Amino acid sequence: MVADLLRLKLVLLRNSFKRSTAQLIGVILGALYGLGILGAVVVGLVLLGTADIELIRTILVIGGSATVLGWIIIPIAATGIDMTLDPARFVTFAIPMRQLLTGLVLGGLVGVPGVVTLVASLAQVLTWIRYPAAAVTALVCGLVAVLLCVVASRLVTTAVSSMTGSRRFKDVNGIVAFIPLIFLGPIIGGVTAGFQNSPGFAASLADVLAWTPLGALWAAPADVAAGNAGLAVVRFLIGGMTLVLFLVLWSRSLGHALVTPPYNAVTKRGAGHLGWFGRFPATPAGAVGARALTYWLRDPRYSASLVIIPFLAVLLYFSGGASGGAFIFLGPITAFLLAWSISADISYDNTAFSLHVSTGVSGRDDRLGRAGALLVFAVPVALVFTVLPLLITGQAEDLPVMLGLSTGLLLTGAGLSSIVSARYTYNVPLPGESAFKTPPGTNFLMFAVQFIGWLVMLLLALPEIILTIVYFVTGDALFGWLTLLVGVVLGVIFLVVGIRVGGRWYDRRAPELLLAVSGNR
Amino acid sequence: MPPPSDENNPQARAGAAALSVRGLAKRFGEKIAVNGVSLEVPPGSFYGLVGPNGAGKTTTLSMATGLLRPDYGQVLVHGVDVWAQPLEAKKLMGILPDGVRLFDRLTGEQLVTYAGLLRGMDRDTVVERTGDLLRALDLTNDAGTLVVDYSAGMTKKIALASALIHAPKLLVLDEPFESVDPVSAANIRDILTGYVRSGGSVIVSSHVMDLVQRMCDHVAVIAGGAVLAAGTIDEVRGDATLEDRFVELVGGRSTSEGLSWLRTS
Repeated sequence: MVADLLRLKLVLLRNSFKRSTAQLIGVILGALYGLGILGAVVVGLVLLGTADIELIRTILVIGGSATVLGWIIIPIAATGIDMTLDPARFVTFAIPMRQLLTGLVLGGLVGVPGVVTLVASLAQVLTWIRYPAAAVTALVCGLVAVLLCVVASRLVTTAVSSMTGSRRFKDVNGIVAFIPLIFLGPIIGGVTAGFQNSPGFAASLADVLAWTPLGALWAAPADVAAGNAGLAVVRFLIGGMTLVLFLVLWSRSLGHALVTPPYNAVTKRGAGHLGWFGRFPATPAGAVGARALTYWLRDPRYSASLVIIPFLAVLLYFSGGASGGAFIFLGPITAFLLAWSISADISYDNTAFSLHVSTGVSGRDDRLGRAGALLVFAVPVALVFTVLPLLITGQAEDLPVMLGLSTGLLLTGAGLSSIVSARYTYNVPLPGESAFKTPPGTNFLMFAVQFIGWLVMLLLALPEIILTIVYFVTGDALFGWLTLLVGVVLGVIFLVVGIRVGGRWYDRRAPELLLAVSGNR
Repeated sequence: MPPPSDENNPQARAGAAALSVRGLAKRFGEKIAVNGVSLEVPPGSFYGLVGPNGAGKTTTLSMATGLLRPDYGQVLVHGVDVWAQPLEAKKLMGILPDGVRLFDRLTGEQLVTYAGLLRGMDRDTVVERTGDLLRALDLTNDAGTLVVDYSAGMTKKIALASALIHAPKLLVLDEPFESVDPVSAANIRDILTGYVRSGGSVIVSSHVMDLVQRMCDHVAVIAGGAVLAAGTIDEVRGDATLEDRFVELVGGRSTSEGLSWLRTS
């Protein structure tokens, strides 16, 4: 039975490669990247063996704790990550709990994260090779730690998925849980600064972690190497007991989940709430706009981008400091990202797009509605984000140039996106999935379209960009006002052209677009 | 339920078949899904399209409604070529596709309104007809609920409402009764019968032979991407029931001796 579960996981993995060549290229590139990192880690661990015990211990404990933490956090952030062996799918097969648990744990090891963690924790043995007793301890503790990673992550997945009965919880959780990840950069920055400012910081951090379930198993070999076997046993017990505790909890919650099918609590509402449909003009383009804006607020895949925008401001503020730096470019950067965000609109519609095809909406109306919905909120947001940083940093005299740059990027980008989304579709998270789930077949084409799209966008906005540079070099206010003028005029031209050309492409290719998105399921 | 109207369909040619499918063919990679299907749906008829799973029903209907570009063949709706004049042809048709998503983050009411506005109808008419449709399909109490939270049967009904809002001359319904409860199914049948009586034409695909035999006046049996028989119900079924005739045409009935171990005594 355990072997069957493992084989199932392998077959699922292999079949996921078979779907298309472009996807296979993506998988191979991903694997090469993973292999590169793994190689570096293994070499690093081996070389680390020549350092003194204290340093080895500090690095292994911190790195190991981060790994365990990662296994716990990532499944929460990306609900639905690797649900190929979702316990809910085994409900109707009467599999004994013990075998199901074993199969799910081993299944969790199959796949890139599992293999990397396993190999890295085995490489730890090589680090301790100069101390045979410690090397043996490292082997045992490493394996237990890997099990702890998988079991902890499974426990979290099961616990979360039993909470995700309501769709609303799922929607909100997918976004909220991602916020700490946004701040990962600043956190890492802070920790790095801590290392630089006080050499003892890392060692004391490791000391604390060594007494927690996160780091205990990684600290035990160092205790053995230092000749403190008693302490090593205590640490092993901390890790081991945690593993047992997690196993019991997991088996309980799994047993509960298997007999409690997800229940969706729905609040009924009567008629009379048309929302944006009552406020937008009653034309096909207006209807598309109302629908798109409703989705920006109600579909977590869209609203996630809205939630991130304020954090972008905070991030840039702290990265550049109050003196300016990247912070004064907040407006243009936001404009750029927002404008590009509708470039996969039809991919996000998935087969719901068939309503547009069957009602015979003209390409111009479709494009106009989607771009309009974006501009309804993107224009005020870009405006505020352009003006505020300049006021905060006291550079109000740069207002014309920055407004010009933001406007140019936003309108040009919206025009370009209107063309791109009528021409290219690629696999994006399906409706109802987490916004941050990497869909199967995140392929080469997608990266190519993104990359080239960004290049083209910068190319189209080159006049504004050059004028901005000239302005900052010469300091002549004339170039500031010129940027504003060019940004507005060129932006409007590109927007109109984008909607026209995109619309014409759409009219010709709507059935092909529908066929392409229906491949992503 | 508004009757099919002529004034907003100036393109329709009088006397032409409601739907005329000529030699449609579609290939996906190695697999030929539809291999030269021709159908003639007379105006004012209630036409059933039956066939086993994977027969090519959905592919045929997708090509007939402008959702999937055929490799070969021609489709005329009241004399308007679907693939040469798609916008004009789509005005004449109301479509309920099978196996596609809906814009399910809209409420039921919003979705039907959306379908109406996309068709270019004015707001007052859309609001009035949306209310009528929700009432007729017994969805008024759930009008403000998101479609994603609907049951399968309710989802089918709201999709049907979206297909009816512009009072088309031809309704193309792919599996309209799947997962719909018996009471709602009877209501939908009444709506469709009334619609046909007032001059509209309906083509439905279904697995349920009994339903097709009772409801439709014409039927086509399709299997392996080709039409095996087509005509009025009586022409196709002869003396037998439609179900027996269908099994005879399509074949594939297995004698039940194979699963001897399944007998409990």
